[in-house]
Amino acid sequence: MSGIEIEASTVVEERTQAPQIGFVGQNVPRKEDKRLVQGQGVFFDDVKRHGMGFVHFVRSPYAHAKIVSIDVSRALELDGVYGTLTGDEVAILTDPFFEMSTPPGSEIKDYALAVGRVRHVGDPVAAVVASTRELARDASELVEVEYDPLEPLVDAERALEPDAPILHEDAGSNVVWSGQFDWGDFDGALAEADHVVRIERLHFDRFASTPLECSGCLVEYNRGTGQWTMHCNHQMPGIGAIWMAPSLRVGLDKLRFVTQDIGGAFGNKICLHPQFVACCLLARKLNRPVQWTEWRTDQHTANAHGNERTFLDVEVPVKADGTMLGFSVRAIDDCGAFPRYEPLGCIIWAQVAPGCYRWRNIRVDFTQVCTNKSPVSPNRGYSRMQHLWLTERIVDIVAKELELDPIEVRKRNYVRSEDMPYETPNGCIYDSGDYARCLDIALDLIGHADLEEKRREAEGRGKLLGLGIGSTLDSGTNNFGQSQLLNPELQFSGNNEVATVKLDIFGEIVITLGTVPQGQGHETTAAQVAADILGCTPDDINVRPGHDTYWNSHAGFSGTYASQFAVTGLGAVKGASEKLAGEMRKLASVVLGCSPDDIELAEGQARMRENPEAALPFMALGAILNANNAGLPEDLDVTLNCRYVYRPVFEVPDKERKFGNLTLTYATQIHACVVEVDRETGVYEIVDYAAVDDCGNRIHPQIVEGQVHGATAQALGAATHESFPYDEEGNLLTPNFYDYHVPHAMDMPPMKNGFIESPSPFTPLGAKGMGEGGGAGIHAVCAALQDALRAAGGPIVNDSHNNYGRVWELLRDPGASRALVRVESGSGS
Amino acid sequence: MEAGSVPAVSRAVSVVVNGEAYEREVDARRLLVHFLRDELDLTGTHVGCDTGNCGACTILVDGEAVKSCMLLAVQADGVEITTVEGLEEDGILSPLQQAFSEHHALQCGYCTPGMLVSATYLLNNNSEPTEDEIRKALQGNICRCTGYVNIIGAVQAVVKGEVSA
Repeated sequence: MSGIEIEASTVVEERTQAPQIGFVGQNVPRKEDKRLVQGQGVFFDDVKRHGMGFVHFVRSPYAHAKIVSIDVSRALELDGVYGTLTGDEVAILTDPFFEMSTPPGSEIKDYALAVGRVRHVGDPVAAVVASTRELARDASELVEVEYDPLEPLVDAERALEPDAPILHEDAGSNVVWSGQFDWGDFDGALAEADHVVRIERLHFDRFASTPLECSGCLVEYNRGTGQWTMHCNHQMPGIGAIWMAPSLRVGLDKLRFVTQDIGGAFGNKICLHPQFVACCLLARKLNRPVQWTEWRTDQHTANAHGNERTFLDVEVPVKADGTMLGFSVRAIDDCGAFPRYEPLGCIIWAQVAPGCYRWRNIRVDFTQVCTNKSPVSPNRGYSRMQHLWLTERIVDIVAKELELDPIEVRKRNYVRSEDMPYETPNGCIYDSGDYARCLDIALDLIGHADLEEKRREAEGRGKLLGLGIGSTLDSGTNNFGQSQLLNPELQFSGNNEVATVKLDIFGEIVITLGTVPQGQGHETTAAQVAADILGCTPDDINVRPGHDTYWNSHAGFSGTYASQFAVTGLGAVKGASEKLAGEMRKLASVVLGCSPDDIELAEGQARMRENPEAALPFMALGAILNANNAGLPEDLDVTLNCRYVYRPVFEVPDKERKFGNLTLTYATQIHACVVEVDRETGVYEIVDYAAVDDCGNRIHPQIVEGQVHGATAQALGAATHESFPYDEEGNLLTPNFYDYHVPHAMDMPPMKNGFIESPSPFTPLGAKGMGEGGGAGIHAVCAALQDALRAAGGPIVNDSHNNYGRVWELLRDPGASRALVRVESGSGS
Repeated sequence: MEAGSVPAVSRAVSVVVNGEAYEREVDARRLLVHFLRDELDLTGTHVGCDTGNCGACTILVDGEAVKSCMLLAVQADGVEITTVEGLEEDGILSPLQQAFSEHHALQCGYCTPGMLVSATYLLNNNSEPTEDEIRKALQGNICRCTGYVNIIGAVQAVVKGEVSA
């Protein structure tokens, strides 16, 4: 896709409310930027400690093998090698990590290092610590590991066959979790349908967001207190500690996570507990700080892939006018060698069960299996993206088979704005939105009116032009009660986030967040929200960068994940700021001899509304309470240090019906993509692209737009060039940026953006979480390719990843994919 | 390598970084990027890959844009280096640094130092690049957050002189 001459970016905005007077809604300068453009950010690898050792993991070259023996003696003989750790020690010193599944998945034993068996290439079997990075790497080459290779398992469907090799003998099966979901009346829908469209197989490919900063930590062990401090880039420390502490057989408070700047995460830094536990053990064993920085090749082979999913036997009952009544599907999800955050992906998709559509009858048979591939982790768009790709494929394949216009079919089936809030067949509440309006804006942006003319013009140049739509929902603010639909014994539900806002002795306002930002601008948006409430400017507010467990400003679900900061994080900031504002008014009223209601906060002062001359600057308030408080009333209940826990209102879902509200907000993304395909080679280019987003009230429009750009780029990468394919032996074929081609500046198409604002009725600021983007770009590219190839035998796009070679295959043999689809007359016809 | 052997053949290196002269005894096998980060504590230069593809470690060596993970530290003997920490003057951000902030051309900030150095190199050699030339100049730098849209916009703003002082 190189060599495109780019038009200036186009932005269309429709705001549903008058611009606000305060800082919320404005593009204030980002607080984070100054240090980052100066190279003065502090990422974990920038932190050093005297005498620290560098960790290098010895990793398996086999996808599946028994470990016969490990000999570290030659490594230990090297000068400067401080020590080692092996799986045998780990099995004695720790307990296996907590598994969330029911049997058989719950029986899987997952440790910090491989114990007895390796299950994917790159599985860590030992760790070496040395005085330099280079020496640690050299020394790890001297660790002798004898393996007894086993048959590798690299195919999810094969994993279910009776003679397939079993990865986890304790589980006795490769199945992690399986279950049925049945909402509405699917058999009734089949009876009512005029047509039933059947799709034999669709495949969502394996890839990952691959943050530019690899994972890692610097771990210090305090011998006196038995407490570990991890300077790290874990993006969800609350859950990380729940995994780590029981494994290490210590209390939660023995684990202190500290972050400042994190070089991107996208969900890929949620499952770092195995490596961190190994580092904790090493810091304790060797009595020195240890530092682990993951290598890029290790990140690709052995950390966090996105879930691969195969959809079988899709059935879609359709009315003659294109109204779809729902669908049924058998889904097989491949989570790689260990479940870790799984099987949560087996339910997270249900947040968007009918996609953007008014489909009332849905039946899903869901099975997740282990294979000898890298473990998975949440990955931007986690689990919903795979499912939304299915819903979008359904729409485009049905439209093609019934010769309907995919745009008209979408509009006919979309949930309508007048029906918001809308309850889906499984009890989720879509809070607000106008999908049809977003689609119209997207079509305008790519010049839909002239599309047929452009198609003819492209044909004249030997190119096949196609238009595709991707309609997605970015569901945010999880109700963790959905985990109980997988395992009724789990004790997770609801959600929470924390912020602490204080007024210091010299009048400085300090905000401490519970979140763990990785570029989303939390310092900036938190200051905007607090400034409006406290009557000052964002510049007057110091928002502490990053996260620290010992700030005591976090709760069980704290972290930065799953599109929720604008709701949970800023909800907490708003609550804490209002609490502080109340205390400031109360203190000022005591000093000024009036009622708190007579006090307003403005221009950095607490002053009397009727007599602004009677004013106390923030500095005076801070000083009076903190340092000059003699004579204040004994019963004055003011701390000027206010912690607030935001807790969205959720119920535990109905476990029998698998019914209930699983997320608080639903941001909309409607993307339109125009491709030109070279008929001879399958090489294609994205020649026009529009992304329309609706995340309710935008706190900082520029940050929202940046998130849309980034989510789109990741989706386009996954659609075109990014893939994690394995050979039959279980070797990853794209283990670094040499082979795994992410979009570069030359690859990105022109981008046009539109925004509307449908405020959420359920959130403190009318905002919705956003940023994951639901993979809309993948869906739009698939749809555009299928549209373009109509004139070349009309193949079905049945894979989410379509590199040039795959498009060439579709051109060469369009019948192969078409054979996957058939249309039958329904009982209703 | 045999057990017990020590690879630490070292060599004296003198180098000027951001205008300051350094003399160090350096392991022969040490990469320049690790020398800058671990020994000179100039941690603005980042490492994002192990194959020379990502560009997070881009610096100027005698005025040329170079990926500092692709050079050994000993190869830098006698050169002049500029890292991201050297782009500002007397505490005043360079127009590119300013434009990156104004145009939201960075999110996590991890690629930013390399991106800024590559863009600086471009503008040092071509004060009026076209958009296509900007994209070409930055194609050795991977960003996973921004989709490059605002990065291109920020460089264009500097070219057009649209950066607030």
